[in-house]
Amino acid sequence: MREKYFKKEIRLSGSGGQGLITAGIILARAAVLDKMKVTQTQSYGPESRGGASRADVIISNENFYFPEAIHFDIFLALTQEACDKYVENLKDNGILIADNTFVKNIAYTEATIFELPFTNIATEKLGSALPTNILSLAFLVRKTKVVTENSLKEAVKNSVKARYVDLNMKALKLGFKLADEYKEEE
Amino acid sequence: MAKNKIKETSSKKQEMVLMQGNEAIALGALAAGVDFFAGYPITPSTEIAEILSEELPKKGGKFIQMEDEIASISAIIGASLAGAKAMTATSGPGFSLMQEGIGFAKMAEVPCVVVNVMRGGPSTGLPTSPSQSDIMQARWGNHGDTPAIVLYPNSVLESYELTIRAFNLAEKYRTCVVLLSDEVLGHMREAVVLPDLEKVKIINRIKPTIPPEWYKHYKNNPKYISPLASYGEGYRFHVTGLAHDERGFPTNRADEIETLMERLKNKILHHIDDLVQIESYMMEDATRAIFAAGISSRAAKEAVNILRKAGRRVGMLRPLTIWPFPDDAVRKYLFDMKTIIVAELNQGQLSRELKRVMGGVWNYSKQKKRKIVELQKNNGEIITPEEIVNLFREVR
Repeated sequence: MREKYFKKEIRLSGSGGQGLITAGIILARAAVLDKMKVTQTQSYGPESRGGASRADVIISNENFYFPEAIHFDIFLALTQEACDKYVENLKDNGILIADNTFVKNIAYTEATIFELPFTNIATEKLGSALPTNILSLAFLVRKTKVVTENSLKEAVKNSVKARYVDLNMKALKLGFKLADEYKEEE
Repeated sequence: MAKNKIKETSSKKQEMVLMQGNEAIALGALAAGVDFFAGYPITPSTEIAEILSEELPKKGGKFIQMEDEIASISAIIGASLAGAKAMTATSGPGFSLMQEGIGFAKMAEVPCVVVNVMRGGPSTGLPTSPSQSDIMQARWGNHGDTPAIVLYPNSVLESYELTIRAFNLAEKYRTCVVLLSDEVLGHMREAVVLPDLEKVKIINRIKPTIPPEWYKHYKNNPKYISPLASYGEGYRFHVTGLAHDERGFPTNRADEIETLMERLKNKILHHIDDLVQIESYMMEDATRAIFAAGISSRAAKEAVNILRKAGRRVGMLRPLTIWPFPDDAVRKYLFDMKTIIVAELNQGQLSRELKRVMGGVWNYSKQKKRKIVELQKNNGEIITPEEIVNLFREVR
C-alpha cells in the first residue's frame, strides 16, 4: 500500500551512452500508465555524449510544479563519476543503487545502499552490456515500488524497437530476480 | 491552402501520454492548422522542426530547411501572403537574425508565428542550457516602434495551448506573434491529455468580400485590422517594408504615415483585454508575492506551497502574455504587496518592467515603501524553490 501523499524524486545517472535518458523516459511512461503525475528532465549537453549524464523523474499522486530532482529519494549510479557528483543530494532515508562494476567507492551517506555489478551481469547473462539500463531499472522498481511492474513492462514494450523487446524483457525478468535474491548486509 | 486539415484524424479520444515540450509545440501548430514551416535547426528548438518535417508533408503542407534564419523568416512571410499558416522555430542566435524579418512582418502586417526556445546568450552562448534573456529582445528586437505579441507557457500542456493561441492571435491581429519557451521547458516531458481537436478554437484571417478593384489591404477600420487577401485569389496588392498608404505603396505624407503607425499601435493596445492572460496563485490573502514566468514560475509555485505550509501569506503572479505587458493586472495584484520577488533567468528584464508599472518602490496609497527583490540566475541552471524560499526568509 502506498502512503496517502506520495512523491518520489528519482535520479538516474551514469555516463553518456548507457541509456539512462531512455530509462528515465521508460520510468516516466510507466508512471503515466499508473495515472500518476510525472515530469522527466535530463542533462542535455556535451555531457550526454560521454561524461556524467543524468535523467530525473519525479512521480507523485498530487500536483507538483518544480520539474528537476533536488533531493533524491532514489538514486541510480552506474559510474564512479556520477556517484561522486550527485550522492550528496541523496536523502538520508533514500535509496542508492550502484553498479559496482564501475562504482568502487561510495562517499558517506545515511541512505540504504544496494550494490550489484549490473554491467557485468548484463554482459554475462544477457550477452551484451546494452540492457544494463533496463536491468538496473527493473531492480530499482522491484526494490522501491515506485511504479507498478506491469506498467514498467508495458512502458518498455512501447519504448524500445521491436527487435530489442525480447532482450529487454529478459533484462526486466533478470532485474526482478536479482532484487529478490539480493541479501541486505546489516 | 489554410484549411484545417488535421480534423480528419480527430475522431479518436485523447489519452494521457508522456510528451515533450517541443513536441507539444509541434502538435499545437498542427492542431492550429499550420501548413508551412521554414527553418534552420538549432538546439534547443530542433525537435519542433524535426517533428514538423515528418508530419507536415503527410497533411499536404510544406517543410523547408532553409540556408539560415533570415531566409527562414522571409520564407514564412512569403508563404503567409500566399495564404498559408506559417511558422518557424529557433533559439537566441537565430532569433537575433530573424529580427529584420519580424519587423517586416509587423510593418507589412503578415500573420506568422516565431517560436524562440531560449538558451543562454549572448552570441552562441549556452546551446544546451535554459535562459530567459530574450524577453526584451522579443519586444524590442526589431528596429522601429511597434508593439509586439509575445506568449510564454510554463508546462507541456500550455506549450500546446499557447501555440494554438499564437496562431490564432497572428491571424486575428495580422502580425508576427512570438512564442517563447526555454531549454528546460522544451525538453521536459510531462503527462498530458491533449484537448479534443473538435473543441480547439481556431481563428482564421478575415478575407476580403469586396470586388478586387475596391480592395485596399491596409484600410483603417474600427478594429484597426483590415481583411487580408491571399496572392493568387485575384486581388492585387503591394507589400513593402517602407511606410505605406492604404494600398501598400510607399508614402512620405505625414498624415498617411501617422495613420499607419497609430493603427499598428492601436490594433494591439486597444485589444489588450483580449491579449493579456495571467495566472494568479494564492494571491487572495497574500501580503508578499513572487512574480515569474516560464520555467522560473514552476519554482515560484513550489516555493509558494512551501511558504504557505509554514504559514506565510505568499502568492504568485505569472504572465502568460509577456507582451503587451499586463500592466493593469500587475498593478491590481501586486501594488499593495510588502515584498515582491522577481525570479528570472536573466539580468532583470521582467523586474525592470515591474518597476516601471509600480512606479518604483514607493507605495503612495499606503504611504509605505515596498521591497522589490530581484532573484536572477545566469549560469545555465534554473532557479530552485529553495532559493526563493531562502530569499523570502532573508528579506521578509
